[in-house]
Amino acid sequence: MIAYIIRRVLYAIPILIGINILTFVLFFVVNSPDDMARMNLGMKRVTPEAVESWKAERGYDKPLLYNAARQGTAQLTDTIFFQKSLKLFQFEFGVSDSDRDIGYDISQRMWPSLAIAVPVLLVGLLVNITYALLIAFFRATYIDTWSVVLCVVMMSISGLFYIIGGQYLVSKLLHLVPISGYDTGFAAIKFLILPVLIGVVGGIGAGTRWYRTLFLEEINRDYVRTARAKGLSETVVLFRHVLKNAMIPILTGVVVVLPLLFMGSLITESFFGIPGLGSYTIDAINRQDFAIVRAMVFLGSVLYIIGLLLTDISYTLVDPRVRLS
Amino acid sequence: MMGGLVILWTDALVFLLLLFVGAFGVYAAGKEHLRGPWRLVVRSRVGVSTLVILSFYVAVGLLDSVHFEPSYVADPQAQDRVQSTEVVSLFDRLVLPLRERQEKTYSAPLATHLYAKENIEQPGGTMIRDYPRLQYGGAHLANPAQDWAGDVLRLSLIGLVKGLVLTLVLANILFALLAPRRAGGFAGAAREVLTGKGQIPWRSALITLGLLLMVLLWAVELSGRYHLLGTDKVGEDVFYQALKSIRTGLLIGTLTTLVMLPAAILLGIMAGYFRGWVDDLIQYTYTTLNSIPGVLLIAAAILMLQIYMSNHADEFDSLVERADLRLLFLSIILGVTSWTGLCRLLRGESMKLHEVDYVQAAVAFGVGHFQIIVRHILPNVLHIVLITVVLDFSGLVLAEAVLSYVNIGVDPTMNSWGNMINSARLEMAREPVVWWSLLAAMIFMFTLVLSANLFSDVVRDAFDPRLRSSR
Repeated sequence: MIAYIIRRVLYAIPILIGINILTFVLFFVVNSPDDMARMNLGMKRVTPEAVESWKAERGYDKPLLYNAARQGTAQLTDTIFFQKSLKLFQFEFGVSDSDRDIGYDISQRMWPSLAIAVPVLLVGLLVNITYALLIAFFRATYIDTWSVVLCVVMMSISGLFYIIGGQYLVSKLLHLVPISGYDTGFAAIKFLILPVLIGVVGGIGAGTRWYRTLFLEEINRDYVRTARAKGLSETVVLFRHVLKNAMIPILTGVVVVLPLLFMGSLITESFFGIPGLGSYTIDAINRQDFAIVRAMVFLGSVLYIIGLLLTDISYTLVDPRVRLS
Repeated sequence: MMGGLVILWTDALVFLLLLFVGAFGVYAAGKEHLRGPWRLVVRSRVGVSTLVILSFYVAVGLLDSVHFEPSYVADPQAQDRVQSTEVVSLFDRLVLPLRERQEKTYSAPLATHLYAKENIEQPGGTMIRDYPRLQYGGAHLANPAQDWAGDVLRLSLIGLVKGLVLTLVLANILFALLAPRRAGGFAGAAREVLTGKGQIPWRSALITLGLLLMVLLWAVELSGRYHLLGTDKVGEDVFYQALKSIRTGLLIGTLTTLVMLPAAILLGIMAGYFRGWVDDLIQYTYTTLNSIPGVLLIAAAILMLQIYMSNHADEFDSLVERADLRLLFLSIILGVTSWTGLCRLLRGESMKLHEVDYVQAAVAFGVGHFQIIVRHILPNVLHIVLITVVLDFSGLVLAEAVLSYVNIGVDPTMNSWGNMINSARLEMAREPVVWWSLLAAMIFMFTLVLSANLFSDVVRDAFDPRLRSSR
């Protein structure tokens, strides 16, 4: 088992290097630091001196890969690639283009993101699985047909509409919770209810339909027929046999998104004014702050790879049929 | 540029895509394993109904993809004409009144007065503060307060009746076409269609078409005199904007796929067929690309495009051309982020196919790799490609709206549902609320995405019998 995990971790290294090189190419080669400087200083009337000083302040004035002006290892280390790209491996994100410490910002903004993403995931799972089990119980009846129709309809509505509609109805017309904002500690709850609710409702369509497919796949299996033939009641069959076996794909599907919960949701956070990583990213995109976007690209990729790793491991843990080879 | 015709990049790709679909249709018509599933699709009631709606969207999108320069068409001989920057489409020409009748600012759907009060000069020279009349919407009414309801009702009725009549005419044409091949002649064909007994559910198609035509003609009738869905901040007709957005939505949904297909098919099949280091390399490539969060990759790429465009601002003849290039670029970058799923599926499938007896036999006979792939592997994975294309479409249409909200979607000057929602969002805080842009975008988007979702379910069931039981 440990050998397997080590091997999987080793597999991840070349991928991380690939991502690092890709972001380096995207942000420094295709798009030179000069362009960034001009973009940030405003396109009109930019003197070469202003560009140079902007670059020097942020350490973008070094050569890309090889610094001929230095001696020894400094020839390789005193370059943009080493300073800006390789440092990401140590999770040293550096300073944003507006002179803030990115690492600190991320560690602060992670918590509001989690405060929304975790409840959405858990409540969503509960609601979707319950609904899907209900549909599976009433399979091939009108309840089944109309539930599937409802799911498809809910899937077809843009997520933006759920947010705008929900904000309008709950906050503006009914005045139940504030439209947007955030607070620290338990005071945050009243700001979190609506985004979590909308996140759950928006996910019902796709989620329930997917779980229903999983359950129905299991229901047609032989062991279920055996269980029924033994005289077990339909509820026992559903909960003890079908749900248990369907949990394998459900669990692995959840595990892969777990690390990405840190990244938060771009749209929800910016609509509700929640200072999480999602709105951080959006603000960075809108301000064209390359340092932050680059840091988030790397962070997101690392989290995704961790997710893949956890999925593989959880498969081997919950499903004895999967061998560690 | 011939005869004033302007072919934008995306236009060219749209017609290339059309060519592709046509060629695939001809190819599929001769192959029973491809024709059979399509027969299932057109025999399903949901299938034909959604097909009718989707064809309406496609028709608008295609009409909107034929661009030309109006000044050139008006006077092709003018030698000293300055480089015109206005490019319009055939669709614009068709709905010219909608395009040209601009009001001052917001007005509610079917309104006769502006949304905000203004100072109006009375004939006597005094100023009063009131809602001014619209320049075009309901301008034919002498006394709007009194005549408005009756007029709207009258126009609606005319539109609905026209739609109904047109549907009946079309139904009769259908009966006449079916009659020669039916036992009971015209009456027999009519009975078969109306009772829904035939193999192809003509009745469902007719009902959908009837509803669509009625809504359409109702909209045409009303928008001749009013702004059916109101006007936006600069007084543009919202109905027109929503219709124009159809092309953008369809393009995002289809061009992305067109762009990613060659890479996904080629690499997917190669990985599964050759295995070994080829497989490792391809797997590595898509895992790497896949691990970068899609939105961020798109954001990074669009930021770069913006820089490129502001550095090379003089290379673009017109705003339309610029917006068009951005749309194309967006499709490409969306393709880059979305080809991995298909690639993985194809890899798995061609791995399985490589072990199949007839492929092994071909290998034993010494048939070349290229020929095996083209003759034996490719035809057997085409259904997966088709299912993926259809399934991805609706997701991409929805993604456009979200991306435009983050300002990394299509160009802000381009008509798109995302841009409509984005600008409408800021107006939700107004009192009274400006809701019509939002509603218009949502209705158009919802109809398209719902039809596409239902249609893709039918297509998937038809092509993938394994999944049929679990639906």
